[in-house]
Amino acid sequence: MGPDGADTERPNDEPARKPRDRRVRPFADWRVVQERANLLRELRHFFDSSRFVEIETPLLSHNTVVDRHLDPLAVTLYPNPTSPHEGPTLWLQTSPEFAMKRALCHYSRSIYQITRGFRAGESGRLHNPEFTILEWYQTPATYDDGMELVERLVDSLLDRPPTQRIRYADAFDEHLGIDPHRATIAQLKACAAATGYEAPDFDADQNGWLDWLLSECIQPHLGCGPPVILCDYPASQAALAKISPGPPPVAERFELYVDGIELANGYHELDDPVQLLDRAAAENKLRAIDGKFTLPETSWLADAMADGLPPSAGVALGVDRLLMVRLGLNSIDDVLTFPISRA
Amino acid sequence: MTTFKTNDFRKGLKVQIDGEPYLMVAMNFVKPGKGNAFYKCRLKNLIRNTVIDRTYKGGDSLEGADVEEIDCQYLYRQADAFVFMDAATFEQYELTADQVDENWKYLKDGISCSMVLFNEQPITLTPPNHVELKVEYCEPGAKGDTATNVTKLAKVETGAEFVVPSFINIGDVIKIDSRTGDYVERVRS
Repeated sequence: MGPDGADTERPNDEPARKPRDRRVRPFADWRVVQERANLLRELRHFFDSSRFVEIETPLLSHNTVVDRHLDPLAVTLYPNPTSPHEGPTLWLQTSPEFAMKRALCHYSRSIYQITRGFRAGESGRLHNPEFTILEWYQTPATYDDGMELVERLVDSLLDRPPTQRIRYADAFDEHLGIDPHRATIAQLKACAAATGYEAPDFDADQNGWLDWLLSECIQPHLGCGPPVILCDYPASQAALAKISPGPPPVAERFELYVDGIELANGYHELDDPVQLLDRAAAENKLRAIDGKFTLPETSWLADAMADGLPPSAGVALGVDRLLMVRLGLNSIDDVLTFPISRA
Repeated sequence: MTTFKTNDFRKGLKVQIDGEPYLMVAMNFVKPGKGNAFYKCRLKNLIRNTVIDRTYKGGDSLEGADVEEIDCQYLYRQADAFVFMDAATFEQYELTADQVDENWKYLKDGISCSMVLFNEQPITLTPPNHVELKVEYCEPGAKGDTATNVTKLAKVETGAEFVVPSFINIGDVIKIDSRTGDYVERVRS
């Protein structure tokens, strides 16, 4: 009854509603949501039954990986809500690498984690600034053990022929006829111009051209038949992998490609804290040249490594991309409930 | 002028390359997990309508293009120049015969067109999709002939000739699709 005692009449037809913003709804189909749940279960089963222990580390940390091309998001941990921009800066992790390795130094056990990573400015068909990352550290383990575990994982998750290992140099030789470890910038640039692809007209350093050639001319072919582990990266792209002396010296680093998509990146882990600090300083210098803010060079990881990192192999895998590949979907948005545009 | 860094690159952005305006019609972000980010762009030249592909690396930038679309009215032709007036500001703009290209065929007095300005200079002109034009001369139509498969040429008020059905007569107003130059219908006889 209405306030005046009369029946408040409701019209039979629905009141005219504002058309709903399509961003309100999730992007992924329900089938994909179920498939993600299945995949997460299978991943946990694989590692649990391989005698790994699932571990949790903070998303928000005082330290972060120092990489020229990885931009972590800064968060102000303000003590006082009246000045939310004042307080210590913490970093949303681009991967759980630093904290997991500190745990590894202390516990010396094989550990894995399925968590979120954050990378500013990464948005596209294969990128979302927030993504699900599976990261594991196997110990004791050699370079070879690291790749072998990836092969076993791929075998258990994807219905594909056995994974092939291809050396970085061999891939460049096969697709471009160039030696990536010895070619000069001028030779790499000429190689790019001769590819027939829309070659970029920018100036880049050695690694810039190698990255372009790999992404444009090689990667699209990798893993289109059997999955491919690309290994023995240039020493200048070692990130936090050990370097084997050579010649030529190569990084004990590998990546997994399926259907031309990069799914995982692994290292035979660098265990020398001095080198860790040197590499962080070098990356920061490059960040400064690029006009980017620099990141903290010293870290609790360096301190922990001074007490000893056990011989180990570590791998990070993009779970969203793995799901894309499993379901044959074309874009990372297809496997996310709320991609960044709807987040 | 605005400068767009690679992080700003997205579909729909208007940028300048070698002094010409381009519309970013597609943008693809490519980046190895560890390594340089690349931005693969498909760009349409707004003057010539050609499409190019360019790749930029993270940190590169492009100048924004001051591109504006206005509604304007055709005023008159003066030798090699076609004179238009901005319907909102009454500012006058001249386009050369080259710039107007085939569109001269639809430029009857007072017709409203859309014009794209780059750095406040006109670069392209688009007449309405359908333009009504009065027939000034054609061979007389056969009486009672309403078939549309028998055609002839008709000269309209702008001086252009179009292929029309044989029943069209002098003084008729016909509708022409300006995108194709095809006859659509007779509006009035």
